[in-house]
Amino acid sequence: MQTVPAPREITTEPRRSDKVFRAVVTTGGLSSLVILGLISIFLGYRGVGVIWEQGPSFITSSDWFVSYDENANVVESQFGLAAMIIGTILTALIAVVVALPVSAAMALFLNFYAPHWLKRYLIAIIDLMAAFPSILFGIWGFLVLMPSAEYWAKLLNKYLGFIPIFDVPVDIFTRSPFIAGMVLAIMIIPIVTSVAREVFSQTPLDRIQAAYALGATRWSMIKSVVIPFGKSGVIGGAMLGLGRAMGETVAVYTVLNIVFQINWQILFGAGGNVASLIVARFGEANLYEINALMAAGLVLFLLTLIINALAELIVRRTGASGR
Amino acid sequence: MSTVNNLSAVKPKSPWKSSPKDRAKEAAIFFGTIAATCLVVLYSPLSGKLGLFVTFFFLYALAEATSSYLKFGAMTAKDSAIKVFMACGAVLTVLPIVSILGTVVLKGYKGIKWNIFTNDMSLATTTDPLTSGGLLHAIVGTLLLVLGALILSVPIGILTALYLTEIRGRFSRPIRFLVQAMSGVPSIVAGLFILSAVVYTITKSTSGLMGSLALTILMIPTVARTSEEVLKLIPEDLREAGTALGGTQWRTVAMIVLPAAKSGLMTAVILGVARIAGETAPLLLITGGGDTLNFNHFNDPMGSLPFYIWKSFLAGSEEANTRAWAGLLILILLVLVLFTAARFLSTRKATR
Repeated sequence: MQTVPAPREITTEPRRSDKVFRAVVTTGGLSSLVILGLISIFLGYRGVGVIWEQGPSFITSSDWFVSYDENANVVESQFGLAAMIIGTILTALIAVVVALPVSAAMALFLNFYAPHWLKRYLIAIIDLMAAFPSILFGIWGFLVLMPSAEYWAKLLNKYLGFIPIFDVPVDIFTRSPFIAGMVLAIMIIPIVTSVAREVFSQTPLDRIQAAYALGATRWSMIKSVVIPFGKSGVIGGAMLGLGRAMGETVAVYTVLNIVFQINWQILFGAGGNVASLIVARFGEANLYEINALMAAGLVLFLLTLIINALAELIVRRTGASGR
Repeated sequence: MSTVNNLSAVKPKSPWKSSPKDRAKEAAIFFGTIAATCLVVLYSPLSGKLGLFVTFFFLYALAEATSSYLKFGAMTAKDSAIKVFMACGAVLTVLPIVSILGTVVLKGYKGIKWNIFTNDMSLATTTDPLTSGGLLHAIVGTLLLVLGALILSVPIGILTALYLTEIRGRFSRPIRFLVQAMSGVPSIVAGLFILSAVVYTITKSTSGLMGSLALTILMIPTVARTSEEVLKLIPEDLREAGTALGGTQWRTVAMIVLPAAKSGLMTAVILGVARIAGETAPLLLITGGGDTLNFNHFNDPMGSLPFYIWKSFLAGSEEANTRAWAGLLILILLVLVLFTAARFLSTRKATR
């Protein structure tokens, strides 16, 4: 007589190998959370003492000095980030104001105007530009762009000098926030362009064809269909670019004259940026000042995190509504 | 017979294509505008490259608009003018990259000599003539740094992507969000973090490994996001087939999904490397930036290409600048090679 094997028990319980697999993958997946958490913990751990000592003047004052006696003990110190934070926002805003129209035009050109063969090359060029190291932009900006940009700044000052932000107290046009903003603009154009291109290309085809069927020219189709659809996505892309521009270090350090003084006049050669402050002071800083730099890093980290999160939310929302 | 011949002799027309006459007209407008621009710049206060550029685009927009107006009417005139401004956006995007590439090649090739690939800077300063010293240590350093970051970040990046595409657990949305947020972490912050968490706390000294750790943080998001895109493209049928054949999820992923996505994952890794190869800011803080050839990743200052370029650029003399440009040329060639490899792999996959 044949023996019948006992019926297998049916279960939804994963096998042990799968349990291990899922545990490993989940741990790996959570690494981004862990790393971001660790960054805030460790920067906070070094920096919170300084922030506590300085109080609100860490954000509101713009003096940054520390003096030591002969035993290298700290006699007096003042760490204020106001000028650097304003400089960071100012240069990043200039970058976005310059980059946004150019990127939007480029994205529309790629999606609706460029012939197919040209489109392929242009996309490759933009992707390549996104991979260029920032030190390249910095050195190119200093040696090649600066002379031209200085001339543009003089023109702006000559013809639009009556607007307060284009005025200068002294005729120094090199190493200004304007030039740093131009370099940053060139750096973020690829990012903003690829987000904008992505968003514009999601425009529903039936709406585009409907507009053409109603007799729209290409521009009136774009104005009435593509732009309303992609607007908030492009704004999100611009904010991603803003976040990138705010965190940029080397490119800004090479072209910007770092001065601990709040400066709104974008053509005047004085400004700052939290990230380049860190590089500028790091070389001669001792442990005490490095703690202050860590606190500055924490401020920068939180600032970019907020901007990026907002940008991501905006882009995600548009993407979801488009599908 | 003759009717048949006549029928077959009719050529298909494509009225949407521009006729030779149209093309001739376009060319006439284009070159006419160039000529007019030259005249305007010569005989008016406008001058220089900026003047040429602005005048050209305004005149071109005007000419295009007029030609469309004469042909189709007012609506299309605006359309044509705006088309020119869109093209202007494209030109403005491409101009800097052409200028950057041109400058790097023109200034960099002078510094490329055989001896720079065989020497390090231990016996030379950045302001010495180009015949002494070299950047062997920097190339070796960059390769070691990238290798270290590669070993650490590729598993984490791909595991993150697998979590998002295979497990699709409760945390998928927040993790996707965090990966995006992580890609925006300023590179200097990554450097400060390693300085605070590892250098001051554990090792008390700078080394190549510290640089690799910071680069890992910057590389993970690129690898994770690109891998996720690639894994999403693997058809669901393959996963179902694997499970239907009795495979556990582990075996399905390891034997079917990952091999199917192999070239795409390679692309993800290469793009990640291209992202970090030229990263400068964190290396300034934590690698020590040595001038001597150093194969020990765990100890002693480690040089790297970006650090070498930075040091030479800050030195400021003619020779030092040439060194910096030569370093940039090598760095950019590295990025170009990686980038071409990534595109080659991804397009080959698309056509298959």
